[in-house]
Amino acid sequence: MEALKKELKENIIEQLNLEDFNVDDIADDDALFGDGLGLDSIDALELIVMLDKDYGIKLTDPAEGKTVFVSIEVLAAYITKHRSK
Amino acid sequence: MYKKLYINGYCHIKNNSISLNGNKITSEDKELSFSKFAKLIYQHKELAYPKFFKMDNLCKLAFLATEILLENHSIDTNLKKDMAIVLSNRAASLDTDRKHQTSISDKDSYYPSPAVFVYTLPNIAIGEISIRHQIKGENVFFVSNTFNDTLIHQYATSLLRNGKSSNILCGWVDFDHENYNAFMYLLSENGPIEYSSEFIKKTYLEN
Repeated sequence: MEALKKELKENIIEQLNLEDFNVDDIADDDALFGDGLGLDSIDALELIVMLDKDYGIKLTDPAEGKTVFVSIEVLAAYITKHRSK
Repeated sequence: MYKKLYINGYCHIKNNSISLNGNKITSEDKELSFSKFAKLIYQHKELAYPKFFKMDNLCKLAFLATEILLENHSIDTNLKKDMAIVLSNRAASLDTDRKHQTSISDKDSYYPSPAVFVYTLPNIAIGEISIRHQIKGENVFFVSNTFNDTLIHQYATSLLRNGKSSNILCGWVDFDHENYNAFMYLLSENGPIEYSSEFIKKTYLEN
């Protein structure tokens, strides 16, 4: 799980172009949206694509994203449970 | 009597070099990629605007030229409400269009990026500038083979004389592969240089 969290932080920084962040800046329980990393709606779509591309998880219900993209901790737990690759 | 147009300032960005009102203010290694050059300028100017890193190269180019121009020729907040933006280029958003096309060309690995797709229109550059500076006036983005000062002049003059805008951000902002060129200028009802097509053409070609 720790390796997955680190991988997620690296992927999010790279794919969402968070140039002002490095892995150590993101705590496992930091909010991804709102006051945390400050991600926006386009970032949410990028995360949905990332789940499909990297982990074989298709989020078909947009409302589900709200419960999945809470923090790295929550996201890693969800991926561990649902991943197909 | 018709109102005259004046040039309040102009900015060039080309070959990893920036000049303002004809004076070179920054020059970096020409071998640097544009994105690295743009990041250096962002850091040097301490812009603190993280959305910059999400923009495509065309938007970064227009954004930086505008930052440099407006930091030296500030416009009152009230005047930004009717400030217009009239831009043009040759390649439209082709540089980003290609990236999008690459992401959808393989049926077995079909993952279009939403963050790339939103930049597949050149006028998004105007949107980014407008959001950053809270500019709310008319805007248009022309696409033509070469810089057509006459067209921009006619459009800007019409905006000014019809009372639509009192400040107009104009210019040429083109990005294709690593070839780029930005020439942006600020037209107003008052300013140090009376507008003339000859001046604009000469200044555009000088850099």
